[in-house]
Order: sequence, then structure tokens, then C-alpha cells
Amino acid sequence: MTVALSPNAHPYDHDDSSNSVSRLFAETMVFTRRNLEHIRQIPEKLLDVTVQPLMFVLLFAFVFGGAIDVQGGNYREYLIGGILIQSLSFGMMGPATAIATDLNEGVIDRFRSLPVSRSAYLLGHYLAEIAGMVLSIIVLLGAGLIVGWRTHTDIFHIGEAILLLLVFASAMIWVGTIIGILVRSPDAVMGVGFVIVFPLTFLSSAFVPIGTMPNVLQWFASCNPVTVFVAAVRELFGNPLTPVTKHVWPLDHPVLAAWLYSVAILAITVPVALRRYRIRTTD
Amino acid sequence: MVAHGLGKRFGDLWALRDLDLDVAPGTVLGLLGHNGAGKTTAIRILTTLSEPTTGTASVAGLDVVGQAAAVRRRIGVASQQATVDGLMSARLNLEMVGRLHRLGKGEARRRADELLERLDLTDAGSRLVKTFSGGMRRRLDLAACLVSAPEVLFLDEPTTGLDPRSRNDLWEMLRSLVRDGTTVILTTQYLEEADRLADDIVVLDHGVSVAHGTPTELKAQIGNDRLDVKVVHADQLPMAADVLRGYSSKAPSFDEDLLTVSIALNDGTRLIDVVRTLDDAGVDAVDMNRREATLDDVFLTLTAPKRGSEFAQSVVDESTTSTESVSV
Repeated sequence: MTVALSPNAHPYDHDDSSNSVSRLFAETMVFTRRNLEHIRQIPEKLLDVTVQPLMFVLLFAFVFGGAIDVQGGNYREYLIGGILIQSLSFGMMGPATAIATDLNEGVIDRFRSLPVSRSAYLLGHYLAEIAGMVLSIIVLLGAGLIVGWRTHTDIFHIGEAILLLLVFASAMIWVGTIIGILVRSPDAVMGVGFVIVFPLTFLSSAFVPIGTMPNVLQWFASCNPVTVFVAAVRELFGNPLTPVTKHVWPLDHPVLAAWLYSVAILAITVPVALRRYRIRTTD
Repeated sequence: MVAHGLGKRFGDLWALRDLDLDVAPGTVLGLLGHNGAGKTTAIRILTTLSEPTTGTASVAGLDVVGQAAAVRRRIGVASQQATVDGLMSARLNLEMVGRLHRLGKGEARRRADELLERLDLTDAGSRLVKTFSGGMRRRLDLAACLVSAPEVLFLDEPTTGLDPRSRNDLWEMLRSLVRDGTTVILTTQYLEEADRLADDIVVLDHGVSVAHGTPTELKAQIGNDRLDVKVVHADQLPMAADVLRGYSSKAPSFDEDLLTVSIALNDGTRLIDVVRTLDDAGVDAVDMNRREATLDDVFLTLTAPKRGSEFAQSVVDESTTSTESVSV
């Protein structure tokens, strides 16, 4: 206990003038590594972005799929766009749980008492989560190829589809970040997440053609942004689209509308998340 | 480290009011008080985790509000709750803190190893922190504070929950840090701990500083050689107190529930003399206990002298009344 410490090479002698963007990047990478280390310690954390979507693919491709009629198209090709958007939507639970857990533990005080930008902490969560989402997309597209999903467009449209999925995933991560900051305990995340994500993903065209629903639900599903994202992905991959029964502008222009929705969600959630985090960690 | 008129209000409640502090570099300040006395609030303000409602404070010449980031670079903070990440190894925890303190990769790793050794955690360095015992967690937490070789170290009840050996080790380590020039501000509920470590003690009660001085001064003020006398009935408390005043230059304090009078004895008082005098006066004392002063005495003496005398007065009134009723 009495071993002398080496003379302090004081870490701050030189860097007050150093670039704050590179500082933010370096700090963000430290937090990202921390979150990836958590996944390494508890690999089960990845189940919900890998095995769970796979189960949905199997369930809908082989159990329910036979009973669902997609006029003039292959249901398995129809399905993949829906499951991609559904899985990425459920992905908001990941950052929400992680952040709610941190906020309930002492470690957040450690971070706060260090000379570190507060946004680095949230960005670190974002990068770790987006890595999980990328894994989820790869797993789902791979599973899709195995069960018979194919693309029927050129490389640019496929590229745009994947870019759109990544931007949508980012938007969901930031929504999850806000949920994580607002809930009082990590247990609450599950409830809040299901109440939002379940109705939005199932009352959409993700799994069944909207035309089969009762009139009121057709309106809901047609205005539901999830339907727009699903339609955009299907259009970009060249997968079957079922007829639009209620004409609302976003659903008639799904790709453009999906980009607009993504930008709007990000433009709102990122600043709100940073602000709420600041408020939550100030007393 | 200097603070002027520091106060913090939560809703209607003032957790801390008008706290003035002045701590010289390389010394130890002990903030002494019960739960809810405002110790943690004071620490949180001084470590930039909480903004004061009133007053100002500066650490190493830097304002804790206006120059919070610069303050954070110069301090180490060990909260009451160990602030380490349970899902990482001890070594990775320290490396992470080092990296966030802007050490290079190699430097952060070297520093982590050095601190693990210093805090006897080398063998547990690659274990997950969630498997650690409370004492190990505390030590790791302290190591995390020391990563940046801070000028000022804040410790909130550092020995709470530690076994006696770990506590002695921690005290020894704090002394060696202070010898090397670190300024330490610690909170504690134990007078003994403040006595052993602190150069200066501030006693907090309900958010207010009620006493300030060196351990010797404080103990002189309350009297370190205490005697508790327990009587059979509350009627006897004033009588016992009268007798005890003869052996003390300080006012007695009362505990109504325990039927006990407590007083600081003058130097050289013989217990047998006190027993005889009590007996002669007809006090039915069922128990006596001579001991060193505790935090309770500090509070009873410094924070509640008024309550004590009011109580004594009410007891006197009661006994007078009952005597009268008998004579009538």
C-alpha cells in the first residue's frame, strides 16, 4: 500500500489548445469500447438483434406466410423489408436499457466528474448500438437470401436501401436514447418500448397487405410511418408492393417520404437527447 | 480550496446553508455529520457534480461553476457509492479513466498496473468488477480517483462498509498521499476517523456548520472524557445533573428515552467520588459508563444545548408541580 507512485506526467500540460473535435472523437471511442466490452462480457445482449429477428423470419416465412396472399408476388420477398424495419425499430430498446442502467448506477458520477464532454458518452452508446444494428441487417439479409428473398433493382437502389436502413437505425437509436434518459429504471424500458413499437410495427404493412384490414386500421396503417419505411425498402429492393388503399402523400412517395421522416426524427431526437441528458445529469 | 456562503436548496429544503471553508494545500479537512447533514451535498458542489444555489467555491484557484472542466482535471472524487463499471475488469476500468484523462494508451495501461499494485488489486486485475467484494470495489474506486494524480482528493465516507483492516490500510494510504502534497477533503460519521486523519474538522448538522476547529480544539470544547449516568426515573435526571455539574465545567446533556445524563468530566476526576456524591444526594443511579467522546456528544453538545436545557427545565417544573400536589 505504500509503493510510491511515479512522478506525475501531468496529462494536461499541452492540450488546452488541441482540437476539440478530435478530443470528442477520442472520448467517444473510449465510451464505444466500453459498450463493446459489455457485449463481449455478456454476448447474450446480442440475441435481440440476431436470433430474435431470425425467429421472425422463420415464423413468417414458414408458419404464417402460407396463409398471407401478396397479390402477384412472393411473400418471402415481401416479408424481408417488413422484418428489417421491425427489427431496427425494436433496436431502440438496446440503447434505452443501457443508458437507463448507467443512469441508475454510480458509474455515471465517475464520468461526470471526469473532464469529458457529455455528448461523448451518448455518442459512444450510439456507435456501439449502430454496430449491433449493422450486424442485425447482415443477419436478416443473409437469412432472407436463404429463404428465397431476392433483389430486382440495380446496385445504386440496393445501396440506397441499405443507407436508408442505416439512417433509420440511427433515428431509432436516438429515440431509444431519449427513452433511456427519461425512464426512472431500466425495467421500465421494456414496457415503454413495447407500448410504442408493437402497435406501430404490427399495424403497418410490415407483415400483411393493408387491404386485408378493417377500414379504420387501413387509415392508421396508411398514415403510419413504419408502413412508409417498409414500402421504401421494398421499392428500392424491387420487392412486391401491395396496392395502396388509402392515398396519403407519404405512402404515394415512400422513398422520398422515408428520407424526410428520417431527417426529421434525427433533427428532433439528437438535440432533445443531448438536452435531456444534460438536465438529467445536473443537480 | 475555498468556499464562501455555499448553499443548496432542493425544493423547500435547504440541504446546505452558508458553508464557509478554507483548506490549505496538503492538509486534510474532515466534514463530520450524521446522514442528511449536508456532507454529500457539499462534496457534490465542490466536485462540480451539483451547482450551488448560493455562494461560490473554488478548487485550486478555479471556480467550480465557471471553470468546472478545469476543476475536474485537478480533482479525484470517490463517491459514497463506488463508481466503477461492474461489467469490465478492474484493469479496463482504470485504463478507461486514464484514457478519459487524456493519457496515451501505453501510459494509461502502465498507470492502471501501478495503481492495481498500490491498492493490492493486482491479482484481481483481470476479474470482472461485479464479482468484487465491497472493500475491493472501494479500493478500485480510490484507484480510479488517483489515475490523474489529482491535487485535491474528495472522499465521501471512504471507510463506510470496510472491515477494520481495510480501513486501517486506507487511512495509511491517505496519510502517505497527504505527505506527498495531496489535499484531502473527506466526510465521515465517525469522530474517531476525523480525529485520526483531519487537520481541521467542520461539524455539519441539518445543513449548517455548527463547529469548526482542529480535532484537539473540538474535543476540548466538548470534553473528551465523558460520563453517562442512567437513573431509574425521569424525575431524577435534574438531581443527577446537579451532582454531575460539580465535576464538570460544561453543561450536561440529556437523553430522555434512555433516562441518561451525559457530561464531560474535569481532568483527574475519580469515578468513586462521583458514585459517592450521587448516592449521598439520593440519586438512584442504575448504570454508569465512562468513555471517550463520540459524534453523538458533539451533536448533543454543539447542536442541541437549547433542547437539553429546555428539557431539564420542563422536568424541574414537573417535579415541582408534583411536589406541590403532594404537600396540598
